[in-house]
Amino acid sequence: MRHFRAHITRLLSAITFAVLLGLIYRNQSLALSYLGLTLLLGASVPIVFATLAQMMMVSVGDLDLSIGPFISMSAAIGAIILPNSPWLAALLYVLAIGVYVFCGVLIHVRRLSSIVVTLGLSFIWLGFALLLVPSPGGQAPQYLVDLMTWQPPFVPLPVLFAILAALIGYFIFNITVFGTVVRGFGGNPKVIERSGRSSLGIHAAVYALAGVFGIVSGLLLLGQTTSADANQATSYTLISIASVILGGGEFVGGKIYALGSVFGALTMTLATSFLNFYQVSSDWQVAMQGIILIVALSLRTVIGYSGKPA
Amino acid sequence: MSDTHYSPWNRLRNSYSLSAWVATGVVLVATTLFNAGKGGPSLGPLLTTALSFSTFTVLVSLGQMLVITSGPGNIDLSIPSVIALSGALSMGAMQSSNGLIALGILVALSSGMAVGVVNFLLIRLLKIPPIIATMASALIVLSCAIAYGRGMRTAPPALLAEMLVTRIGYVPVFSIFAMALTLLVWLLLTRTIYGRALCAIGQNRNAARLAGVKTDFHVLLTYAISGALAGLTGCLIASYSGGNSLDQGNEYLLLTVAVVVIGGTSVAGGRASLGGIWGGALFMFLLVALLNTAGASAGLRTLLTGVIIVMVAALTERRQTR
Repeated sequence: MRHFRAHITRLLSAITFAVLLGLIYRNQSLALSYLGLTLLLGASVPIVFATLAQMMMVSVGDLDLSIGPFISMSAAIGAIILPNSPWLAALLYVLAIGVYVFCGVLIHVRRLSSIVVTLGLSFIWLGFALLLVPSPGGQAPQYLVDLMTWQPPFVPLPVLFAILAALIGYFIFNITVFGTVVRGFGGNPKVIERSGRSSLGIHAAVYALAGVFGIVSGLLLLGQTTSADANQATSYTLISIASVILGGGEFVGGKIYALGSVFGALTMTLATSFLNFYQVSSDWQVAMQGIILIVALSLRTVIGYSGKPA
Repeated sequence: MSDTHYSPWNRLRNSYSLSAWVATGVVLVATTLFNAGKGGPSLGPLLTTALSFSTFTVLVSLGQMLVITSGPGNIDLSIPSVIALSGALSMGAMQSSNGLIALGILVALSSGMAVGVVNFLLIRLLKIPPIIATMASALIVLSCAIAYGRGMRTAPPALLAEMLVTRIGYVPVFSIFAMALTLLVWLLLTRTIYGRALCAIGQNRNAARLAGVKTDFHVLLTYAISGALAGLTGCLIASYSGGNSLDQGNEYLLLTVAVVVIGGTSVAGGRASLGGIWGGALFMFLLVALLNTAGASAGLRTLLTGVIIVMVAALTERRQTR
């Protein structure tokens, strides 16, 4: 029974997603077609990778309040600098990851709260993005636009990216030794330290990976929007946190489910367009995300599996 | 730990809000010097503007501080939405009429408080983590504001708008009101059961409960106060800026957390620093004013703000005992 409950908890975001999709299908059967899914889930592609970045942070019990502005900035670098001087852009991306790693180390060494440091970081990324694009503009490199408009055979592009992200997440957290160590570190840092692992190294690596996924997310977003805006990904910060928690992750660290989080991101995306299919005023579109979060997470409470020994 | 053998200087040096005040002083002097060189506003008018804008920040940050003090993970992300909703509701209730000001303020306070109570219920009954619970309620509240306001902008009653710009010397009257409110919160924190209970809950909720503290009641009160203060601020901001708008609360999401933390309140909970709220709020405003007069672009301003937040956090956050 406990195992059953544990599985339900992990699959909660997938079930929520299926229910939403089913309800949309009931009103508009074209929604489940190749084109329908491409349009419905298109916006999820950058969010899925933002969620991967947030997962890295949550896995060690930290939170990243700066991932949204970071993605905006990555997109801005891609639109302004990447087309003309790719090497400079690459250098900037490496520097940005360096700043992430520096903050990870700072948080570890000074035992700071990740919330405060990443709050400061969010202003830094936003400021840099504003310097690059004071008003919306720039032009995405053609290969990014081509990538995002590509129509792969059989599988819609957003679904392909979701599968890819789930595989990456699963690989990092469930296959590699590194992932096991990171999850262990999130659960009980002292034990991992005593087993001879460098907790400083773990922090640095986790923050570096978060930066890498943030850059990927920014470039994919740029491929979709074709131009940059300093505020275009601001909302991703909270959406990514919600996706990770919806996917069965917990703030205490150590508990993280890659597949669930990816479904969480898909659910959050679907929530915004859901009401379009039911002739409800668009005023309530924003509320839908909130309602789905509350319903899904209270279901988890009702099922009553907290992941802790009873 | 007894403080008795500390000299006043030692106590001041150890106070958590000191860094915020020192930083504020430095920025204030720098801004004044800059302005004097460029023929900008002198110290007096600058102080008036700084106090006016900081007062809004202080009012909402007081609530955020109480919530953060109630323990690790507790944070109120619904503040911006509450500011938007209460602005729309109170302006709607007052109909620009001086006779309905009391009703408008009552509507603002109670709408905010209602959201706070809902936040608590989501956290307590449905066991949703506070960050997600207040985020979800923020989304729903924002939708309510959109549906109610429909982009409608109602002008505030003339009397209320006038009250907000009245000042004694260089000090706006409603800043004095906010200082009185700060004093009230200080009394609440240091002289009442609620205040002691809040700190106990923030340090260790289980220990507090086992010691007989009514944890649920006090946390409920905390979220309700935070909501009510955000509601009041929403009404005041709308009156100050000539009418309500949906995005009038946007900046207060990150700003309140930044102000609370720079002011010396522990993010891990259990330790509030009230004086630091004013210091932090004035600092954040003056910093932007300084960079403005120095000719920095919006991007550079934001970037430097971020660098300074990280620096202040790195230098002042004490090692968490947990």
